[in-house]
Amino acid sequence: MTVIDLSKTSLRDLNQRLHDLNGADRNNEWRITNPSGEHAIAVGLNAPTNVQIDGPVGYYCGGMNKEAMITINGHCGWGVGENIMSGFIRVKGNASESAGASGRGGMIVIEGDASSRCGISMKGVDIVVTGSVGHMSAFLAQKGHLVVGGDVGPDLGASIYEAVIYVQGKVNGLGTDCIEKDMTPEHRKNLARLLQEAGVDMNPAGFRRYGSARKLYHFNVDHADAY
Amino acid sequence: MTDNRPPRRRSASFPPEVLAEIHRAADQGVYEIRGFGAKRYLPTFDDLVFLGASVSRYPLEGYREKCETNITIGTRFAKKPIELKIPITIAGMSFGSLGAKAKEALGKAATEMGTSTTTGDGGMTEEERQSSKTLVYQVLPSRYGMNPDDLRRGDAIEVVVGQGAKPGGGGMLLGQKITKRVADMRTLPEGIDQRSASRHPDWTGPDDLAIKIKELREITDWEKPIYVKIGATRTSYDVALAVKAGADVVVLDGMQGGTGATQDVFIEHVGIPTLPAVRLAVNALKELGMHREVQLIVSGGIRTGADVAKAMALGADAVSIGTAALVAMGCNKAVHIEDYHALGTEPGYCHHCHTGLCPVGITTQEPELEARLAPEHGARLLKNYLTTMVLEAQTLARACGKSHLLNLEPEDLVALTMEAAAMAGVPLAGTDWIPGRGAT
Ligand code: SF4
Repeated sequence: MTVIDLSKTSLRDLNQRLHDLNGADRNNEWRITNPSGEHAIAVGLNAPTNVQIDGPVGYYCGGMNKEAMITINGHCGWGVGENIMSGFIRVKGNASESAGASGRGGMIVIEGDASSRCGISMKGVDIVVTGSVGHMSAFLAQKGHLVVGGDVGPDLGASIYEAVIYVQGKVNGLGTDCIEKDMTPEHRKNLARLLQEAGVDMNPAGFRRYGSARKLYHFNVDHADAY
Repeated sequence: MTDNRPPRRRSASFPPEVLAEIHRAADQGVYEIRGFGAKRYLPTFDDLVFLGASVSRYPLEGYREKCETNITIGTRFAKKPIELKIPITIAGMSFGSLGAKAKEALGKAATEMGTSTTTGDGGMTEEERQSSKTLVYQVLPSRYGMNPDDLRRGDAIEVVVGQGAKPGGGGMLLGQKITKRVADMRTLPEGIDQRSASRHPDWTGPDDLAIKIKELREITDWEKPIYVKIGATRTSYDVALAVKAGADVVVLDGMQGGTGATQDVFIEHVGIPTLPAVRLAVNALKELGMHREVQLIVSGGIRTGADVAKAMALGADAVSIGTAALVAMGCNKAVHIEDYHALGTEPGYCHHCHTGLCPVGITTQEPELEARLAPEHGARLLKNYLTTMVLEAQTLARACGKSHLLNLEPEDLVALTMEAAAMAGVPLAGTDWIPGRGAT
């Protein structure tokens, strides 16, 4: 285990060391202490390494991650795991806005609440939030899954494409072109798999499914008032 | 027999094109979407002229004395700034809007001329990476195809906040152009009308932009120059905020800038022309003590070497071309005329990039049409055009006694109209008057 104290090591040095991983180092364990809300910690990782961050982080922690497993023992700022390609990010705390924005693969688990626009323009990432999410979550969501154990704010899934949303709690309003869909046995199985991968102990039976009505895929003047 | 009827009178408020648009709107109930750029009259660089050398200054010999054209971009923070042989770059145009062959042709020509080309909404294609020695990778609001490997493979990064044809609006690609390859790159279903976001998903204001830029620098180990591209609107503020956010380069796109598909009302009625925008941007950089520290690349309606020289005389470090590059490769050329007619247009009037049925094979994904543009031939045409522009700009610079295009200055220019004088901040020809500043 390599321990980096961010009160003594610069962010640049930390990220450079993580980018320079090669050979056996790629699978090493890293622990980062005193993150103190610093932005862009552990961004652009490209190796199957384990990174544990003890404390709160600022914007874009784990941004554009590939392969790495990142655990944040604290709250995180905007855009945690933005554009994640693969790997796993676990937040043991709350996440601010735009968690997992535009993520293309991998998984983000937030063991707490996430603020507004969680999963905005997601493109294949799976996001599991055990608590609640704010307004405009899954806005423009293209692909992947957003699982919410708690409640969701207004305008869920506005202009959603092919992403799938599962919600256990209360939905405070659907966005344009987002509708509730049947929860088939196949979807329940899919959700059970996601919860298991996320390591979250929740019963799929209590969730509802939301997705695109696909009415806005082609501009139609008769839908103009939906925009 | 004498015809005593009064002559027919055209309405100034309702000329035939306005009548036709009202009829079209009434038929279809939706705004017109089209490609190309603004078609209305706008003050342009044509309204400026150079004061060639005479007794008070001496010129350089046209065919004997050198006039350098090289520039370095990204000198502020990047470990690896970009060296370009000419100050004319190729602007971002998406694969999807353009075919892969057109993108490849742009890359080949740029490489041969020692300049850069730029990706676009939809990500980086292998063809353009392979053909472009220097490739700028765009980070757009849609984040279509966004990928850290491509970010690292780019030679510079351009955070696109806006574009001159539609500042405040997102991209648009109609279903007929969303082929399987385009759809896969964008993670979208095939054949749907795709409307890109107009705001970035993970930042909203200048303070956030600074953090976003920091993230991009960290991911790429501070190697790449980071550009911020803005559509020309509140230019002074936007340039100042881009600089404050940490940009190495500001790309400023005036309202003449082109687009693959946007609402006509947006193209014609939002933004300010390139002419005043350059002056505002240069003033903002000077006020911050950042002129030439943060490079300024200007685009939007650049067509000739004269435009290049004038933009640089006003303080730009380089220009960027999009529409003009496509025109060089055959856009609006009088060939395959029956296909222009099928689109309801003529060579010289075409703005039908949005249809995907480009008669000359540039803005299309149809294999039969794409076959009309051989990348080698397109690259040759564009190379010739770029060469001509450089020769023209050098001619003007030498006439002003300048041994480098960057040595051109506002004092070399006067304006032919009051509006151009006011916008560019140079005197009206024959006077020492710059409107808005009083007599000097
Ligand atoms: S010729 Fe092709 S590129 Fe040019 S305006 Fe027409 S459709 Fe667009």
